[in-house]
Amino acid sequence: MAQTTGTHGEPDLRPAGLRGVAADFSSDQRAFKTASWGKAMMWIFLLSDTFVFGCFLIAYMTARMSTPVAWPNPSEVFALHIGGQDVPLILIAIMTFVLISSSGTMAMAVNFGYRRERHRTAMLMLLTALLGACFVGMQAFEWTKLITEGVRPWENPWGAAQFGSTFFMITGFHGTHVTIGVIFLLIVARKVWRGDFDEERRGFFTSRRGRYEAVEIMGLYWHFVDLVWVFIFAFFYLW
Amino acid sequence: MVEIPSGSAGAIPSAEVEDVELYHPKSWWTKYVFSQDAKIIAVQYSVTAISIGLVALVLSWLMRLQLAFPGYFAFIDADHYYQFITMHGMIMVIYLLTALFLGGFGNYLIPLMVGARDMVFPYANMLSYWIYLLAVLILAAGFFAPGGPTGAGWTLYPPQAVLSGTPGGKDWGILLMLSSLIVFIIGFTLGGLNYVVTVLQGRARGMTLMRMPLTVWGIFTATVMALLAFPALFVACVMMLFDRLLGTSFFMPAIVEMGEQLQHGGGSPILFQHLFWFFGHPEVYIVALPAFGIVSDLISTHARKNIFGYRMMVWAIVIIGALSFIVWAHHMYVSGMNPAFGFFFATTTLIIAIPTAIKVYNWVLTLWRGDIHLTLPMLFALAFIVTFVNGGLTGLFLGNVVVDVPLSDTMFVVAHFHMVMGVAPILVIFGAICHWYPKVTGRMLNETLGQIHFWTTFLGTYAIFFPMHYLGLLGVPRRYFEMGETAFVPPSAHTLNIFITVMALIVGAAQMVFLFNLVWSLFRGREAGGNPWRATTLEWQTPQTPPAHGNWGKELPVVYRWAYDYSVPGAAEDFIPQTVPADGGVTREVPA
Repeated sequence: MAQTTGTHGEPDLRPAGLRGVAADFSSDQRAFKTASWGKAMMWIFLLSDTFVFGCFLIAYMTARMSTPVAWPNPSEVFALHIGGQDVPLILIAIMTFVLISSSGTMAMAVNFGYRRERHRTAMLMLLTALLGACFVGMQAFEWTKLITEGVRPWENPWGAAQFGSTFFMITGFHGTHVTIGVIFLLIVARKVWRGDFDEERRGFFTSRRGRYEAVEIMGLYWHFVDLVWVFIFAFFYLW
Repeated sequence: MVEIPSGSAGAIPSAEVEDVELYHPKSWWTKYVFSQDAKIIAVQYSVTAISIGLVALVLSWLMRLQLAFPGYFAFIDADHYYQFITMHGMIMVIYLLTALFLGGFGNYLIPLMVGARDMVFPYANMLSYWIYLLAVLILAAGFFAPGGPTGAGWTLYPPQAVLSGTPGGKDWGILLMLSSLIVFIIGFTLGGLNYVVTVLQGRARGMTLMRMPLTVWGIFTATVMALLAFPALFVACVMMLFDRLLGTSFFMPAIVEMGEQLQHGGGSPILFQHLFWFFGHPEVYIVALPAFGIVSDLISTHARKNIFGYRMMVWAIVIIGALSFIVWAHHMYVSGMNPAFGFFFATTTLIIAIPTAIKVYNWVLTLWRGDIHLTLPMLFALAFIVTFVNGGLTGLFLGNVVVDVPLSDTMFVVAHFHMVMGVAPILVIFGAICHWYPKVTGRMLNETLGQIHFWTTFLGTYAIFFPMHYLGLLGVPRRYFEMGETAFVPPSAHTLNIFITVMALIVGAAQMVFLFNLVWSLFRGREAGGNPWRATTLEWQTPQTPPAHGNWGKELPVVYRWAYDYSVPGAAEDFIPQTVPADGGVTREVPA
């Protein structure tokens, strides 16, 4: 399989810096010497997905700037009424905290995966999935709150109709990414727990040997989803 | 310059990646239907693409019949005409050309040309085909849906695309079209990731990027572009789907339809155009770059001469790919966007002519004093060059704002893009099929039938599209169902229209000769042997023809030289395959 064979303890003779880049790209077999096939594929997929989210966000910004009706004030719209006063952005702050924390647990899972501590790895992945599910749950709560206040994709009580449409579309698309991530976290966690990657058990569909690298590739996706959220948070809630 | 450690003189590095264990099919179904072998998937892609392409061909006949004999065919009314236009354009651009070049040729040629056993993720590759098939079926379902397919034009501009005046706007048509595109993009992404990773990470020992045949460079760059451009179309489709289904107003301004104020308001139709053309212009080169690459290999092989300026050719492909992302608004000079944009986009558009011209010069210089064999692939390659130059020059006209504004929405535009991205890539597809058919099937195509098809197609398409420039200069508008009484269009234009239609019918019929040739030669064609063209690239060096599952037998090939060692002075043969070790001082590396 596409396993990185590494240098077998020999000193790395490849040149550094730009020379290294040129040497890698002019070498045979592989352009990215340390990346396996699966990792390279995930990186390139994420690049493509970046363009998807980029287009969504640019479309949102265009709509927000060009609509003739005033845009609702996010500080008021996304406030929660707690203890007799409106706290702006409190839910979003918690959601963001939860999601960023899940990136931390994911990184720890990758670390323990390469140490082949499968139970810890699986537990940390489950924790990551749990945090992700919390995030989606809070997003569902936020959607419910806004919907009961009269926000619809085609209208809302406070201003430009595009507010509701872009909000539901972008957070929905991101929430779908998180949900898919949670599902795959559970699948990979199960494989880790069962020891598939220790005995290199073959995949059900692909019939390829399982490797602990799957945890890292899963992590790449998860960190990407978190990073996208930072941009959504900044452009949608803080603007 | 950076000193690059070269792998010449037998210093081929050891394998960095273990040889792959392929999935071995256990039944007829997993061998031929749900196959994970890129070569089978390639044939599946090609057959599906050509089949749906035939539908689009028939649609073009119907459009031409209407234009030549308006009112004569009762079953073609205005709605049908627009549906034919829309489906013809969308099928040809996306479901035929994109799928055939990347899914068809990409799947077949990339693993063989870079010396891999298969694509890096055969299972995802298989899924890619089946999702593509699903997209085609959803698209074709439009013909049977209530209200028929959408008639919004292949650009699907809102607001008209989702209004009731447009065929399919309030029915199933537009929904099926948008869904089909979304499904196509998902399927393509699965395949595209495969092609890119295979080229970057799955090459044979000794196969550096700068030793790859230009075919692989073209397909590779086009795939990278597609992975970055299709997201814009994906987003545009999702948003328009919401506009139509949920009543959002992303692209819908305040609008009155049939005397009734709609609930929409505040959306931006121009935003759709920007998203669409951010995809749409790279799409032109997603189709053109594989054609550029393939035609370079055809010319070099059949002129028995190394490609002129290989490095320049590679960089031209990469630069064209990069530039094509910053020219999209030249499709929008008359859209009402900020006029200052026109200056920027006209400039970038004209700059693209430079790397493109480099490629054309290099093709011609490769032919210069070559040992030109006028085989079928060579004929198609030569036809491509003249057609592409023709279409490219009118592109310079249309790239300039002041020239574009009067010519916009006339037949001149139709003539231009059919020349440059319709006929030219199709000619390459024919040439490529003629070139690689012996490898895919083990038999040669029939030469006589091929010649009949070539000359009819080449001369016929010129007869169709060349006069259209003239019609456009007269001011004959495109997209019109019929002209009616028009003072500025002379009667001669109508005669010309009839001529064009007759030629279109003839050229369409000639394609049946080609299809017949494909089937007939499969059974009766001359045995081809492993390397009938005496070509250097790896796919001709396989132990079996057609290549078996896994491509290479026990040992993976090792590459010692670039792909263009033709007519090397002092060599025994007029070609040296890439797998022949360097000795006897006849090696020629890529000139530094």
